[in-house]
Amino acid sequence: MKRFNWQIWAAFLVTFGGLLSFPLFFVRFPSTRDFPWANFLLVAFAIVLLVIGLRRAFQPGRSKLAKALALVLTTLSLALIGLFLWSFFILAKQLPPARGAPQVGQKAADFTLKDTSEKQVTLSELLSTPINGTKPKGVLLVFYRGYW
Amino acid sequence: MGIRPVAISVDSPKESRDLREQSGYTFTFLSDPNAEVIRRYDLVHAGAGEGGRDISRPAEFLIDSSGVVRWVNMTENYWVRARPEQIVEAARTLE
Repeated sequence: MKRFNWQIWAAFLVTFGGLLSFPLFFVRFPSTRDFPWANFLLVAFAIVLLVIGLRRAFQPGRSKLAKALALVLTTLSLALIGLFLWSFFILAKQLPPARGAPQVGQKAADFTLKDTSEKQVTLSELLSTPINGTKPKGVLLVFYRGYW
Repeated sequence: MGIRPVAISVDSPKESRDLREQSGYTFTFLSDPNAEVIRRYDLVHAGAGEGGRDISRPAEFLIDSSGVVRWVNMTENYWVRARPEQIVEAARTLE
């Protein structure tokens, strides 16, 4: 009886956790978000484990089941890595160019929208309503994707 | 600092209220459910929302008290957003 091939399972778990930790944790800090180096380090570690685990699975005397399992876990891990790379480097860059967006030096078009208490609010009000008794220097409009 | 942050998305006032409560953000959230203002600002990301709904692409604008745009951040990757220090630096140029 060969010993349990823990490396191949660890490789899969490190891949899974290493990639999931991006949206769940590392995305909160600009230094680990703008380029996901922390996740790449975890993935590199997972790949080392994958190589060791695969070699172990294909040593003489291992059962067919052990080999099949190692191949399945390797395929799943590589698929997850591929999905992550695609999401970060391709999908996340599929954004409209927004060439007609207001440019520096242009006047921002006024608008009226509802706030969270269903009250109509205009940009000009936002620009003039005092903050703690003093007139605001400006407004930072943050457009975001929504559905949180 | 005298800068008023305002978040805008297609989320309904109720969805934004829930997000505000969960996150603890105290600044203003505005709802543009039909992406009218988002369209006027040319920020529509067509079909990118739930069920193929039009949503906003991420974008940040700093507008001075006279209504003029003084700084724009148009990210090329929606995981990557403006850093707080970029906004603080831009805000310093406003009187």
